[in-house]
Amino acid sequence: MLDLLGVPPQALFGQLLLGLINGSFYALLSLGLAVIFGMLNVINMAHGALYMVGAFVAWLLLTKFGLGYWWALGLAPLAVGALGLVLERGLLRHLYSVDHLYGLLLTFGLALMIEGGFRHVYGVSGQAYPIPDLLRGGTNLGFMVLPSYRGWVVVFALAVCFGTWFAIERTRLGSRLRAATENPALVQAFGIDVPRMVSLTYGFGVALAGLAGVLAAPIYQVSPMMGTNLIIVVFAVVVIGGMGSILGAILTGIGLGLLEGLTKVFYPEASNIVVFVIMAVVLLLKPAGLFGRER
Amino acid sequence: MPDRADTAATMLEVRDLHAFYGESHILHGVSLEVRRGEVVTLLGRNGAGKTTTLRAIMGMVGRRTGSIRFAGTELVGMAPHRVPRLGIGYVPEERGIFASLSTAENLMLPPVVREGGMSVEQIHTLFPNLRERGATQGTRLSGGEQQMLAIARILRTGAELILLDEPTEGLAPVIIDQIGVAVRRLKDRGFTIVLVEQNFRFAATIADRHYVMEEGHVVDMIPNDRLDASMDRLHARLGV
Amino acid sequence: MTTDTRTDPAQPGLLPDGRTRTLLLAAAGFAVAVAAPHVLYPVFVMKVLCFALFACAFNLLLGFAGLLSFGHAAFFGGAAYVSAHAAKVWGFPPELAILAGTASAAMTGLLFGWLAIRRQGIYFAMITLALSQMVFFLALQLPFTGGEDGIQAVPRGVLFGLVDLNDPLAMYWTVLGVCLFGFAVIRRAVHSPFGQVLKAIRENEPRAISLGYRTERYKLLAFVLSAALAGMAGATKALVFQLASLTDVTWQMSGEAVLMTLLGGVGTLAGPVVGAALVVTLQNHLADSGVPVTVVTGFIFVVCVLLFRRGIVGEIEHRLRRRAP
Repeated sequence: MLDLLGVPPQALFGQLLLGLINGSFYALLSLGLAVIFGMLNVINMAHGALYMVGAFVAWLLLTKFGLGYWWALGLAPLAVGALGLVLERGLLRHLYSVDHLYGLLLTFGLALMIEGGFRHVYGVSGQAYPIPDLLRGGTNLGFMVLPSYRGWVVVFALAVCFGTWFAIERTRLGSRLRAATENPALVQAFGIDVPRMVSLTYGFGVALAGLAGVLAAPIYQVSPMMGTNLIIVVFAVVVIGGMGSILGAILTGIGLGLLEGLTKVFYPEASNIVVFVIMAVVLLLKPAGLFGRER
Repeated sequence: MPDRADTAATMLEVRDLHAFYGESHILHGVSLEVRRGEVVTLLGRNGAGKTTTLRAIMGMVGRRTGSIRFAGTELVGMAPHRVPRLGIGYVPEERGIFASLSTAENLMLPPVVREGGMSVEQIHTLFPNLRERGATQGTRLSGGEQQMLAIARILRTGAELILLDEPTEGLAPVIIDQIGVAVRRLKDRGFTIVLVEQNFRFAATIADRHYVMEEGHVVDMIPNDRLDASMDRLHARLGV
Repeated sequence: MTTDTRTDPAQPGLLPDGRTRTLLLAAAGFAVAVAAPHVLYPVFVMKVLCFALFACAFNLLLGFAGLLSFGHAAFFGGAAYVSAHAAKVWGFPPELAILAGTASAAMTGLLFGWLAIRRQGIYFAMITLALSQMVFFLALQLPFTGGEDGIQAVPRGVLFGLVDLNDPLAMYWTVLGVCLFGFAVIRRAVHSPFGQVLKAIRENEPRAISLGYRTERYKLLAFVLSAALAGMAGATKALVFQLASLTDVTWQMSGEAVLMTLLGGVGTLAGPVVGAALVVTLQNHLADSGVPVTVVTGFIFVVCVLLFRRGIVGEIEHRLRRRAP
């Protein structure tokens, strides 16, 4: 039945799995962007660079300190989050009173510095990062072999995404965050330390990027430029989904990853640009984005 | 310095308060005083500086000079999020209900800052309309319910001084009566209240004293029991 | 953006009157133009000129309409491909090759602008960035662009059938002519009623709408004009270097236009030129030094944004204005 499409099922499901993995990364990254944007009104152009830093922290932990994947999964997001706190407190904070575009330009400059610095030290070639022992091998599902690590990435990334959604939409802390996104001055007038919340939000958002970097390390090579092209696709994802809805960011990310995977099967030449084309179509039909509230 | 007995009872003391938004100078030396347990209104036309006075107390203006002492603590120069933690609750104009929060979340949003706040059950007794509406999106409540919610969420926190900005604005007379009953109950419970009002009749039924503001100054202070005698003066000021 | 935009630093007292001043400036400019290719490498001066036009075109959008495009490389680099292809494969003379590149950029600009003006602020920036990334992938994959190699050995040709552009000085004067034409168009646009409407939109778009202006049309026209001029710069650069390559369509190239404008002064006419000269000079110096260029570039971005938002020319204008109220 599957052969009706003229594509061997192995290839189809293989690409769909790859699409699902890419989609998980899109979801994690666009979720971080959306959380940061909601609170800071800043598009974090350094998001891709910090994703790369996450992968590098994992690689450095392994090669310099002999700390493996599971350590990295905890420590790298913390390190990236801490870096985010420093950047927010030291630099971004000074721009909240001027045009929001300056925040974009600042984070763009930071991205150039971070990526340029890593490229200067580590060169452009990628470093291999091994799959943790526990997740080697795969499971034969009958129609395809599912590599354990890839299955883990999808499940774990989705768990983190939905955990974040739950924390924001269903907890007390999340209600404070939503309120502060809506009207920070009033939330402050209730005795909540909004500047600290802003710092922590930025730290959390970029920690998600760092986490995505660790997850990506065993799949892709760890290289200084691994985040640059990825993040532009994520921007398109964000435009398509709109940043008003957390769930929307997650769903859009995964959906577009899958769509990209399908394109790789049926029309590989277009797979690089399919997300951008969809962005153009969405802009025509629903300018505010699929889940968007214009702001 | 006022005499000793007076200071003991003074809860809020504002002296020569100037406030600025960017380049514009809004308050030009406001001075007023609120004693523990009192209900004091700020009356005045639009743009007289009533709302700005409340916002300046909360630290929500661009810059302020002068002195604001709450129970002896100076507020000018204090980080805005520390002010409410001293026990000051703020009910903003247009109620400030959050659209992205449910009614229950709106109610639970302000952190408890001191002992002695009202329990949710007590709040529901005071505002029966809010009962059973917990899951409703905050901004889907009626205007009157939103106003009740805005007041209710402050009562939980244990604040002793409540700054109420135009609680009757845009509400039907029946609802205004309900709000009036609620505010009077709060007074009976010992809350100190600063009330900004355009609705002079409403103010007169609740307040102990009235400060009249004009162009960023306090131009008059009228005790409620001398209100009738001062009517002409007041009409001239307010243009009502 | 919030940068001040008065563009004529007319200084009472510095010079007797406007006309003398203009004449003196023109004479000085002419002297510099004649001397430049003899004092500096002609190719270097031409590179500065092309980037200056590119940055000015970008600044037309950011500085005068308040629209931050992060995708101008698509027009700059895309036009370079078209003009290189036209000159090399179709045998177009240089003037038509540049025209073809410019026209293609205008068309692309019309399409991208039509999509991007549906959203504002940072969304606009993200959309332009994403669309230009699409152009990058097309340039990487399409058959005529030569993939990683680009289009090499592009003939400079004979201008109007008269002037052989393989002579560096002839090429130089041609580039200068193209760029001066571009600057003149921008200056004219900024000072025209059209430019006034753009400024009104930048300051307060809802107000401009309520005054009855169909602001999307103005924004779209500004976008197309800016894209066309950026394309003209890229097309010219392709002839100068006899090369069209992927470098010119990367997002980093869009970032350079932003940097040059920011450094020189957003919303000033001369700022992007100054910024372009500085950035190109800096890159030439750093190329052999072993200092990573992108780190320095990023650092300048951060410093400009945090401490120096008026840019060099903006800062000078600001001080002059303060001294002579």
